Amino acid sequence: MESEVRVPIDSAADIVMARQKGRTLATELGFDGSDLTLIATAISEVARNIVTHAKSGEILLAASNHGGKRGISIIARDEGPGIADVARAMQYGYSTGKGLGVGLPGAKWLMDEFEIETKVGNGTKVTMKKWLK
Amino acid sequence: MHVPILKQGDCLIASVQSVLSDADLLQLRDDLADRVGQFRSRGVIIDVTVLDVIDSFATRTLRAVAHMLKLRGAETVIVGIQPDVAFAMVQLGLTLEGVGTALDLEEGLAYLDRLSKKNLKHGK
Repeated sequence: MESEVRVPIDSAADIVMARQKGRTLATELGFDGSDLTLIATAISEVARNIVTHAKSGEILLAASNHGGKRGISIIARDEGPGIADVARAMQYGYSTGKGLGVGLPGAKWLMDEFEIETKVGNGTKVTMKKWLK
Repeated sequence: MHVPILKQGDCLIASVQSVLSDADLLQLRDDLADRVGQFRSRGVIIDVTVLDVIDSFATRTLRAVAHMLKLRGAETVIVGIQPDVAFAMVQLGLTLEGVGTALDLEEGLAYLDRLSKKNLKHGK
């Protein structure tokens, strides 16, 4: 079982690849049903965020274990402009791009854990996790 | 992947065959806007049964397609949204407000049929 997968994100076409790889790994890790769709959709949102704001970056998919919980960890990383106002970026409906402004807050709702590290001029790293029930 | 568009009476049926990239979705939007004019269609069905993800971009594009086609004189109905996909869309707070939806192709055709009869009655 491949437990870590890296998907480079350089264009919108890679978003589809990232969510397919994510779905495959999640299936291998034991997720099923609606969880697979939630995970794939969350990956789609963070991958699109890379394409829209940073042009390129990567998605890292891996198995995750923490305190007796098992699940999947998804990291979306880029070296783009970073986010100046994270609180605002996490507001539902707020967008600086051409989107609906639901990407980041939406991904947070879909997953169990969600964290953003970002610095203006230094890129953005989103780490999200979903645990098996 | 290119989405085939079939003409059925005064309706168009766009039947999505595989996962769609952002570019495919935009292509579908442009193709439908063209065909509605070419075939003077009154109704459009977009069958998304095979889509395993409908994210914010896809939702926004489908909504834009429906509103655009409405301006061109055609009603749009989205059919085949899977239960898991619907669940994820609700979790994301995504809605297809102002866009017709139906369970499957059959219900979609019935939906457009009812709409055209209603419009006939009101002399539209």
